Amino acid sequence: MTTSDIAQGDKNARPLSLSGHVGFDSLPHQLVNKSTCQGFCFNILCIGETGIGKSTLMDTLFNTNFENFESSHFEPKVKLRAQTYDLQESNVRLKLTIVNTVGFGDQMNKQESYQHVVDYIDTQFESYLQEELKIKRSLHNYHDSRIHACLYFIAPSGHSLKSLDLVTMKKLDSKVNIIPVIAKADTISKSELHKFKIKIMSELVSNGVQIYQFPTDDETVSKINTAMNGILPFAVVGSSEEVKIGNKMVKARQYPWGVVQVENENHCDFVKLREMLICVNMEDLREQTHTRHYELYRRCKLEEMGFTDTNPESKPVSLQETYEAKRHEFLGDLQRREEEMRQMFVQRVKEKETELKEAERELQGKFEQLKRLHSEEKSKLDEKRRSLEDEINTFSKKKAAAELLQGQSFNTNANLKKDKDRKK
Amino acid sequence: SLSLSLSLSLSLSLSLPLPPPSLSPPRHDLFGYVGIEAVLDQMRRKTMKAGFEFNIMVVGQSGLGKSTLVNTLFKSKVSRKSCSPNYEEKISKTVKLQSVSHVIEEKGVKMKLTVIDTPGFGDQINNENCWEPIVSYVNEQYERYLKEELYVNRKPRIPDTRVHCCVYFLPATGHWLRPIDVEFMKRLGKIVSIVPIIAKADTLTMEERQEFKQRIRQDLNANGIRVYPQTEYDEDPEDRILNDKIRENIPFAVVGTDKEHQVNGNKVLGRKTKWGIIEVENVAHCEFTNLRDLLIRSHLQDLKDVTHNIHYETFRVRRLNESNLTVHGLALIIVYTHTTLEFRILESPPESDLQYTVANTATASCFYSIL
Repeated sequence: MTTSDIAQGDKNARPLSLSGHVGFDSLPHQLVNKSTCQGFCFNILCIGETGIGKSTLMDTLFNTNFENFESSHFEPKVKLRAQTYDLQESNVRLKLTIVNTVGFGDQMNKQESYQHVVDYIDTQFESYLQEELKIKRSLHNYHDSRIHACLYFIAPSGHSLKSLDLVTMKKLDSKVNIIPVIAKADTISKSELHKFKIKIMSELVSNGVQIYQFPTDDETVSKINTAMNGILPFAVVGSSEEVKIGNKMVKARQYPWGVVQVENENHCDFVKLREMLICVNMEDLREQTHTRHYELYRRCKLEEMGFTDTNPESKPVSLQETYEAKRHEFLGDLQRREEEMRQMFVQRVKEKETELKEAERELQGKFEQLKRLHSEEKSKLDEKRRSLEDEINTFSKKKAAAELLQGQSFNTNANLKKDKDRKK
Repeated sequence: SLSLSLSLSLSLSLSLPLPPPSLSPPRHDLFGYVGIEAVLDQMRRKTMKAGFEFNIMVVGQSGLGKSTLVNTLFKSKVSRKSCSPNYEEKISKTVKLQSVSHVIEEKGVKMKLTVIDTPGFGDQINNENCWEPIVSYVNEQYERYLKEELYVNRKPRIPDTRVHCCVYFLPATGHWLRPIDVEFMKRLGKIVSIVPIIAKADTLTMEERQEFKQRIRQDLNANGIRVYPQTEYDEDPEDRILNDKIRENIPFAVVGTDKEHQVNGNKVLGRKTKWGIIEVENVAHCEFTNLRDLLIRSHLQDLKDVTHNIHYETFRVRRLNESNLTVHGLALIIVYTHTTLEFRILESPPESDLQYTVANTATASCFYSIL
């Protein structure tokens, strides 16, 4: 964007001079006042190995104590931990979210390390896109969680970038504003540091990694930004402890051989980082995230879904047409699926029916058989009963006859006995 | 216009663990200088570089001094009358809207000002439905913006032609609102911010003016007409106090002129009559400065914000719901996972928010309702 976007952008608008003071020069103030009331949002992502000093640097940068705890080196996967803080300086309220990687570079197999970070960044873009596409949305109240700046912590080996660093930065350069920093810079000597910086920058360039460039189009800040672009990556030292130097307490790290002062520009680039990240370019970082990275994400996402602005003949396609086309496609698809399902359903029903019929027949057969058996058994039993009855009859007849006979014989015996008795 | 969104509430990120969103974040005190307040300067610089746009519509019968007032407000010949070479004072047969744009600059702040004129409004014998072309125009601008916003490849800065403010000229009858006034403001008040003013107020005495204003306010209330600044959009108690003062005073009684005269040794803008000079910028004479301060010096950004955050969003909701209703009353939602594209048809009441999350997707799913 050049200096007068408004005037140059519209050929129908003629410039006009004012004959007196109108008062719209207060517009930037009106805008800023509104924003001050609403507060600002800033989200920083810190990527770096465990123990490289991410949390300490954040504490030092924002001059506060964020109450972080040390992470272990034994995380099975890279995780991201996000925390939001409410900061206020004079009348400016800042909602700061710091996202730290946990366990980055600790695994034996680091192939998946960058994926979690990429996924996190995409998720934030996705939530914003979702909100933007809602029917009833509230964008101006929305808590923007998209990452505005990514501080990539490079280990102070003094040699070159690690392959993990290159791969990760390459994956992230089109999604987020990357600002590489050399961590724990007090372990490198000045001459080594200079060589190290040159090596890092040339490696980034030769691998096509696009890191964030401080903007040089605004005259007020172009000079300082151009200078700073040449000092990247910043060699930083972080410390939350204070040491007395002269008669002041300064943030520093005390060693037996001397004191490394964090805010001393001869000792490290901390002050430059703070200047660039917060005082000069915070708004630009937010703007780049929204107009470049987010738009790219949105465009890719929509194109993936099949939405375009022009059809194959390069005529402009309104969303209405795309929608109609998709609707036809979809309804056709739906009909087809419905048919399939219906066919399948009918098929299944038929199968089930035949199964059931089979079963029924079987059962019927069994029933018939059982019935037959039963009646056979019954007739057998009947026969037996009849024969038993016959036997019983015969037996009782015999019994009766025998009794009769016995009775007669008894009578005869009795008569004989009587006779005998009489004879005596 | 603001192209970045600022926020107060916390986010609800979908797949990674975050602290509970309903609590406000812990407040951290800074031990020393950080430099956060420098962001105000950064923002100021950026907006000045990008420039501002403002679209103001003037509505009223011919002869009420619309062009003069607009010229006086912006201290230059911004109205169509003043810049059309062949402008003829004719009463047009229909209401035709015409806009003219200028780029004006003050102390490094560039503004593209578009003045939309509505010649023919209220001038016919039969004025029924004379507001329709105006309603169409306003909605057309919203439609244009919406289209641009929905493009896949969209411009980094969407051109804003939406009407930020509609100044409605009431003739200084001294009585009540006329039917045309009520009808117009009722309809337009729902879609755009209306600022009613009493035009050519130099025909009313101070007492007549106060009475007229009171009657108008009563009329507005009785008819449920919402004019700017609307009470429901006051953001905080401070705003409310400020806006209440304004609301007690509307409609502003204004007089417009581009002629200067000498008064007490000073050059002032005024209308010279046989009985005195009416000083436009003198608060004792008329309320022009109140209007100017409201429209330009204090509430210009707010007018734009209300248009963008409220009127435009209302239009958008209505528009997106409307097109969904054409699908036999069902809402067509496209639900997608990261890899596949699935379509679902769901039934939903027209006014509700069409949200539907797919239960069986592991990653974030999104819904997209389209025109």
